Amino acid sequence: MYPSRFRYEAPTSIEEAIALLSSLEDAKVLAGGQSLIPMMKLRFANPANLVDINNIPDLGYHRADSDGSFRIGALCRHADLEKSKILGEHQPLLAAAAPLVADPIVRTRGTFVGSVCHADPQGDWASCMVALGGSIVAQGPSGKRTIPVKDFVSGPFTTVLAHNEIAVEAVIPPAQGTRTGGYLKLERRVGDFATAAAAVSLDMSDGVVKDAGIGLTGVGAQTINASEAAEALIGSRLEDDVVERAAELAAAATSPRGDHRGSADYKRHIISTFVSRIIANVQRAEMQVA
Amino acid sequence: MTSLFEELQPTIADEIQTTRVDIRINGESKAAQIEPRLLLAHLIRNGFRLTGTHTGCDTTNCGACTVLLDGAPVKSCTVFAVQADGHEVTTVEGLATASELHPIQEGFKDEHGLQCGFCTPGMMLSAKALLDENPNPTEDEVRWALSGNLCRCTGYQNIVKAVLWAAAKMRGEA
Amino acid sequence: MAIDEVKIGGLGASRRRVEDNRFIRGKGNYVDDVVLPGMLHMEILRSPLAHARIKSIDTSAAYAIPGVRMVMTGEMMAARNLAWMPTLSYDTQAVLATDKVRFQGQEVCAVIADDPYIARDGVEAIVVDYEPLAPIVNPEQALAPDAPLIRDDKVNQTNNVVFDWEVGDREGTDRVFAEADMVSELELHYPRSHPSPIEACGSIADYDRATSKLTVYMTSQAPHIVRAAVSMVAEIPEHMIRIISPDLGGGFGNKVPVYPGYVISILASILLERPVKWIEDKTGNLISTGFGRDVYLKGKLALRKDGKILGVRMDTVSDHGAFFADAQPSKFKIGLIHSAFACYDIPTAYLTNRGVYTNKSPGGVAYRCSFRVTEAMFFQERMVQAAADDLGMDQAEFRRINLVKDDDFPKRTPFGFLTDSGQYEKCLQVGLDAIGYDDFQNQKAEAAKRGRLLGLGISTMTEPLGAGNSREYDILGIKMFDSAELRVHMTGKAILRTGAKSQGQGHETTWAQIVAHELGIPAEDIVVEEGDTDTAPFGMGTYASRSTPVAGAAVSMVSRKIRAKARKIAAHLLEVSDEDIEWELGRFYVRGAPDRGVSIQECAMAAYSNVPDGMEPGLENNAYYDPPNLTWPFACYIATVEIDPLTGVWDVIRVVAVDDCGVRINPMIVEGQIMGGLTEAYAMANMQFITFDEDGNCVGSNYMDYLLPTAWETPGFELHEVVTPCPHHPIGAKGIGECATVGGPAAFVNAVMDALKDIGVRNIDMPLLPDRVYEAIQTGSDVSGHPPVKNR
Repeated sequence: MYPSRFRYEAPTSIEEAIALLSSLEDAKVLAGGQSLIPMMKLRFANPANLVDINNIPDLGYHRADSDGSFRIGALCRHADLEKSKILGEHQPLLAAAAPLVADPIVRTRGTFVGSVCHADPQGDWASCMVALGGSIVAQGPSGKRTIPVKDFVSGPFTTVLAHNEIAVEAVIPPAQGTRTGGYLKLERRVGDFATAAAAVSLDMSDGVVKDAGIGLTGVGAQTINASEAAEALIGSRLEDDVVERAAELAAAATSPRGDHRGSADYKRHIISTFVSRIIANVQRAEMQVA
Repeated sequence: MTSLFEELQPTIADEIQTTRVDIRINGESKAAQIEPRLLLAHLIRNGFRLTGTHTGCDTTNCGACTVLLDGAPVKSCTVFAVQADGHEVTTVEGLATASELHPIQEGFKDEHGLQCGFCTPGMMLSAKALLDENPNPTEDEVRWALSGNLCRCTGYQNIVKAVLWAAAKMRGEA
Repeated sequence: MAIDEVKIGGLGASRRRVEDNRFIRGKGNYVDDVVLPGMLHMEILRSPLAHARIKSIDTSAAYAIPGVRMVMTGEMMAARNLAWMPTLSYDTQAVLATDKVRFQGQEVCAVIADDPYIARDGVEAIVVDYEPLAPIVNPEQALAPDAPLIRDDKVNQTNNVVFDWEVGDREGTDRVFAEADMVSELELHYPRSHPSPIEACGSIADYDRATSKLTVYMTSQAPHIVRAAVSMVAEIPEHMIRIISPDLGGGFGNKVPVYPGYVISILASILLERPVKWIEDKTGNLISTGFGRDVYLKGKLALRKDGKILGVRMDTVSDHGAFFADAQPSKFKIGLIHSAFACYDIPTAYLTNRGVYTNKSPGGVAYRCSFRVTEAMFFQERMVQAAADDLGMDQAEFRRINLVKDDDFPKRTPFGFLTDSGQYEKCLQVGLDAIGYDDFQNQKAEAAKRGRLLGLGISTMTEPLGAGNSREYDILGIKMFDSAELRVHMTGKAILRTGAKSQGQGHETTWAQIVAHELGIPAEDIVVEEGDTDTAPFGMGTYASRSTPVAGAAVSMVSRKIRAKARKIAAHLLEVSDEDIEWELGRFYVRGAPDRGVSIQECAMAAYSNVPDGMEPGLENNAYYDPPNLTWPFACYIATVEIDPLTGVWDVIRVVAVDDCGVRINPMIVEGQIMGGLTEAYAMANMQFITFDEDGNCVGSNYMDYLLPTAWETPGFELHEVVTPCPHHPIGAKGIGECATVGGPAAFVNAVMDALKDIGVRNIDMPLLPDRVYEAIQTGSDVSGHPPVKNR
């Protein structure tokens, strides 16, 4: 398949990129391109202009800052996270999800921030960001603004980014205590979209949940923020009945569509099973440490 | 202009953007004037006439077009050729030297790691990227690293054996 | 001193493949790699709707694009009598739609342009006005009394039935069922799937006005049939057509038929007098070309209390899509489905089949099988397992009771085929020992403590491979023999050509091994060529595991003809009479004086320099081989699985395969074929299927939805062998390419069913998606029917 014609620009600074986006009609930002280019090949997407940000230096980072926040630059590839030496220690949920994004080759090219911006309800990273209460830093002609990810996605494949704004960074707030969590994804084979997947993040202190977040993949028209389920966990010691309640609330927060990957009821069931399992895995790991 | 004659298309309108790319491919510097929408796979195949890089699907799944871009495996059907400007590309044609096969190539032959041969170039380049990083992988690590490349013929078992064979040889154990 | 056959790469040598030397260097030559001077590129516009009347087509915007050379429509094809073409099953198929579109993905227009990007721009610019019609997506809808008529183009077609067909003894079977102690019933659906070679289809048509010769590079498993078909369709004399099938990136049955794209590219080349290349995209391949399966079964077994099967009744309905374009021997409407139960000793059987049209893509190709035997063996082995469970008998013991015994051959199968050899019980036993059958119940109990369900599934089957013999097998009247032509050069090197066409099976390697076995010429001294109809002898091509049984036999026979001539030359050189010549591999010698001899190479030189008086010079010949029977390999596949009852996800623990394909020419290649087949079996059981939503949209139109397993999911395979030589094949070989695809799926499904039988589940239809397994576990009941696509 062959994409339709477009004009191509490859700026070398964010400012230049923003200026281009401001002046060009129907322009899209090209980062990893692992979702955009297939859509262009199938001609589901036919942008008139592409602004390729791959030549902008210093955007490939991911780092833990001294204030405890974790920052991922716009050109940090999935594979950078998968192979990261620091990710597991600081962000166990992201470390669990990293190997489950797409396939190994796509991971060398696709980016974390681009994936969140793509706003695919099937996207793995968006659920993680929801669970972690993360934000996207958007830069436009008048400077930067920080948008919590729950407000960032405005619908399937749409975000609140202005046409001349670039998502330059993802920020994950500091842990309240020790951060733990996990990601479970039901896929029929590597590279398949999730039948359903759950991201659970727990900040623990002395066995008590200080903060929690649950993001759900592939079970609604956009990434689901199962906030009620997460709140049910906060303050608890992950007692069985609490976990069971949270798992039920998580399933209740979904609105899946039945398709050839599974029925709606099944997907709901998988969400509750996975939320329970992730928490059980966390508890097992805690016990091993203790 | 590199030849005595180059046919010009009278119909190509001014507004069609073309751009020059300079790419180091298999150690050789090449330049081309291209439309930005040209996919890297098609520049490699149709422009540079290196037809060992195959295209098997439209949706970035099959991995038959896998090449190394600055050493990392990418699906060359999902990178615009213009994005490779100034970068280094390795294709299957760059694996062997004039006199010697790469151990991965030897392994694929020796362990019967291919049948129709269509997925083989991409598979071998994924394997190379793995072995460059991890010279002593387990069977599971090989299976994992190759899980972005589809094969319809072999059932993968011999491909995995081929990569382990090559790894052993590259470590000097075979 | 005799030559060591293995050393020269003869029979039984796991010779490394010759073709790999180019493939591992990226020097294969696939259709898309071929570039001809002045070549144009073609892209096809396909119907977005499953069933609609075409009101108008506006191509003006496409023509306005610089670089677009021609837009072809059904009207243009019709003007040359090419809007419709015959199929391999005596039906017709639209090349470019004129009246209606009858499935999503049907060819509507084609754009020829300077490069494929511009051709695609042209396709996007065409405006087609459709009047949507009610789509029919399954046989139930097709057979409803008020169903819209799909094939209103056909005179006398008043409903959506393609054919009704029956085979076997109806009355006898009824009688047996009336007297049976017990009847075990099972309803199954074998879902539609697609062979999906990684390389899609394509062609480069090059019509030379000066010579009136048409050359077509084409992804074809059967180039000679294509030559004949093109000659008939396009009214070009057959000698003026040259089909070249270069390296194929897999085939699996998908590249047997003649597709509209080929025909359109040919007409485009004739009209434009330029080479025209058409390379199909993956979606086009998946939604429009030959699919496999899509058959429904109501099956019954008449049983005696002691476990003996007395009779079989199978009522089947097959969904052929919009055109009946199955690739199969013409006299069998539903392929060799009546080879079912061939490995069991069953006196009576009866099968009916109704074929229906639907608004789905046409095809029904032999997807890695010998014409519907995949359905036959899957139905058989699922019915056998269900019957064993219904009787409360051990599944291995039930099979043992009913398998044909070693000394019963030759044996008539329940539907009348003749099997000729095998050691069925031995194969079963090798498999049971390998998997540790006796210990499995312990493992099952152990797993139950972990909350996991374990199951073990067996599939035993023999299948008819190697169509055909010309008494019974023809396609459109052309007999299903095959051919080989061997030329031995004066230096003892040789070129062999056959009418088969490798798509990864390694013919260049194995055919040379057969010649080495017959003549003692080292395999490396023999080059093998296939696929060019101007140079290769006529053959029916490669599918249905027929290459070794038919073309491979022809290779043996032509080698023997060469040997017979060489013997005469040897007698001349040794100055003795023919009768005094003895043969050992690679060498003739004088009886009683083994030191006095000449090598085959010396005979070859003499054939060009020193032939006896009256003998034609040269050392070349050909052979057309018409096998006396099909070959009947046997296989026993056993899989064990572990199910997570909370998700329905099942993982394969082990797979044991015991194959008896007779004599193995190249064991390495045979094992490669078996592992590839097992992977497709696993895929079909687990994830690989094509379905349609109620609007007739194809679900599975690209690799995001049509899932092929990767190295990660694919289980490891443990291979075992038993050898029962084929009694009629020159070197005792039987077909093997497809056994595992045919017999494998039932092993995986039976394993999952074995795990679930204690909770009352008898069947889940393929693919065994986690949600279906979970639903079965939750409800304790079967989950049947074609896979769902809408909210349940």
